[in-house]
Amino acid sequence: MFIPGNNPGMMQDAYIYKPDSIMLDLEDSVTMAEKDAARLLVYNALKTIDYQGVEMVVRINPLNTPYGKKDVEAVVKAGVEVIRMPKTETADEVRELEAEIIKWETELGCVGRTLIMAAIESAQGVINAYEIATASDRMMGIALGAEDYSANLKTNRTPGGAELLLARETIVVAARAAGIACFDTVFSNLDDMDTFRAEVELIKTLGFDGKSIINPKQIPVVNEVFVPTEKQIEKSKGIIAAIREAEKNHSGVISYKGKMVDRPVVLRAQRTIDLALAAGVITKEDLQ
Amino acid sequence: MNSLKDRAAAIAAEAARLGKPVYKEGGSKDTTFRAELEKVSPKVVTLEEAIRKTGLKDGMTISFHHHFRGGDKVINMVVAKLAEMGFKNLTLASSSLAGVHSPLIEYIKQGVITGISTSGMRDALADAISHGLMEKPVEFRSHGGRGSAIMNGDIHIDVAFLGAPSCDPLGNAAGYSRSENAKSICGSLGYAIPDAHYADKVVILTDDLVDYPNTPCAISEHDVDYVVVVDSVGDSSKISAGAIRDSKSPRDILIAQTAAKVIENSGYFRDGFSMQTGTGGASLQVVKYLRQGMIDRGIKASYALGGITAHMVKLHEEGLIGKLIDVQSFDKVAAESLKNDPLGHKEVAAYEYASADEPGSATHYLDIVVLSALEVDVNFNVNVLVGSDGVIRGAIGGHPDTAADSALSVIVCPLLRGRIPCVVDEVTTLITPGNTVDVVVTDFGVAVNPRRPELAEKLKAAGLNVVDIHDLRNRAFGIAGTPEPLKFGNKVVGIVYNREGSVQDVIYNVVD
Repeated sequence: MFIPGNNPGMMQDAYIYKPDSIMLDLEDSVTMAEKDAARLLVYNALKTIDYQGVEMVVRINPLNTPYGKKDVEAVVKAGVEVIRMPKTETADEVRELEAEIIKWETELGCVGRTLIMAAIESAQGVINAYEIATASDRMMGIALGAEDYSANLKTNRTPGGAELLLARETIVVAARAAGIACFDTVFSNLDDMDTFRAEVELIKTLGFDGKSIINPKQIPVVNEVFVPTEKQIEKSKGIIAAIREAEKNHSGVISYKGKMVDRPVVLRAQRTIDLALAAGVITKEDLQ
Repeated sequence: MNSLKDRAAAIAAEAARLGKPVYKEGGSKDTTFRAELEKVSPKVVTLEEAIRKTGLKDGMTISFHHHFRGGDKVINMVVAKLAEMGFKNLTLASSSLAGVHSPLIEYIKQGVITGISTSGMRDALADAISHGLMEKPVEFRSHGGRGSAIMNGDIHIDVAFLGAPSCDPLGNAAGYSRSENAKSICGSLGYAIPDAHYADKVVILTDDLVDYPNTPCAISEHDVDYVVVVDSVGDSSKISAGAIRDSKSPRDILIAQTAAKVIENSGYFRDGFSMQTGTGGASLQVVKYLRQGMIDRGIKASYALGGITAHMVKLHEEGLIGKLIDVQSFDKVAAESLKNDPLGHKEVAAYEYASADEPGSATHYLDIVVLSALEVDVNFNVNVLVGSDGVIRGAIGGHPDTAADSALSVIVCPLLRGRIPCVVDEVTTLITPGNTVDVVVTDFGVAVNPRRPELAEKLKAAGLNVVDIHDLRNRAFGIAGTPEPLKFGNKVVGIVYNREGSVQDVIYNVVD
């Protein structure tokens, strides 16, 4: 969930809405005049607020602006979990950010603590998606930034999202090939929840791990679309149990309800269980 | 003894024994066409004539209703006229006061108004009174408490000045008008009915004098002495200003959704339940979220009570709420519905709504009430009247009445407002005693009164985040820091009555 880095009222307790991740923004939602104040605010928020275990991300300004490097210093010192790098176009940019992070982590004695998420927001970024996704061991995910991307393509955003299809598919494929996560862009019309839901369903089908959001009211919709149904959970539990049973019997062949289970089915079942656990609809005890 | 003449002596003797005069034949009948007669009703006079004819004197009590909320024009108009006519030392007994009534400050300074009785007040007037403007403390009562006080004489109203969007020349008044000339609408006149019924003299002010008979009417001609036609009694567009708003705040939505879950899992969410919601973003919104639960479970409410809202009207029209019992209309949709769907509504007086000593009060049969709060303390006491800065900034309303009478009272409030903790060690002013409060719903968790352990179990089983109220207090103080104690002076500026008439708390003047 995106939270402007200059809005203390929203920053102080955004975790009460239970998003999976909170992204404090120092980039587009903060005007030039407020860049320094927002950086200080975000630093102090990360240092003092108990975000109750929600993953904390900060979107920094690009490194080629006067603010980018200062942002990295502040948020690494504040102990942020993930830095979101905006407008990423090449793997070199990721490595440049990594070098900045290492500089401050070395000083602090915590090398390797900070992860990177790269936002791809241009045609060049889409072309280089796989190189970006594999540019660093710290890469935890790549994300689509659709406003800049569609402007760069010289087109407009449409409710159906046809203009984003190639970028979305490329980003999912690149992320999967790199073994990292991928996140879809924001949907900014808060009054049109039906189109929002259709978009979430689309990006889930495409293979995304999640959706960036800008308001807590979007959280239940994303959860409803992504959280597996009771039937899916039951089936996945059955498949996992069948695997355990097969392992116990030293059997190479796994079968569930009379059907042979092959590897993709096992992976999908495991993913269903992981999602259900993450969403809190089942607990680890339920799996015993 | 077969003729009247023969019985004359006996008639005279019986009359003498009964202390009654002997009947004498009167003059001839007035044969005017009656429609013309109504128009020259002796009740229709100017405001100044009405004031003179009522026999109002210095030191008496005048009363008003607050159905136009922030759009009220009657109080300022009448008090200005009274000041112009030279009245002094009057007590103003209004069902409530709003921000629009700040001109009263000047009349208090001039000595026109020296006493106030109300449910609440806001803005400049409240600020001035909190700083010690008046010599005599303001008396604060709940709506049910005011109904009782008027019935038992604790509040004796000499003259009631009641604004009405329609009235006929004989005094039948309603909170809406069916005529083409309708200028205003406020819906229910529930808070004006006790005044009309018990005041020594009653003046209706209307901006739409309609043909007799104005029916159905909230106030009957029997209770009305004078009718005054004025340009405007109120701005209907401001009825839902002030405390009432339909919030888009994610925080209010989160709290409302949690409160709806609390209700759905409380054991009281059953077919035939009754409910009420108070003012404030989150509490008004709860209805919206309960609606889905009602549809999913096939449950219908028997009635909804109180300040009726557009949300309530919608559910009534969908068949999810049987009847609406309106002591007040919280918005224009509710007011229009009262006018257009008289069989769906029961318009009730304040004492039929919430008075403790009225056996038929609707609140006695209320299952669920959702109320907001300025502050809740660790003993579940609630304050809705005085801000955490010690300044009066709200109204008691029906808060303590409905909390006490309902089977389940749910308080909704954010843990913090800005940097001000709303869950505290002790409320600034005691309005609704903790023994009548069952559940407190905040954005950080749900606290259940230890008096209701069975309720806590049910809510926990439903997966709600049930926490100790002390944890909420600690959380709030942990985030905002421990507030400095307030600095009060030693002058009592307000007295808070319990709904049953005892003195429950006092408010001291604030020192900046």
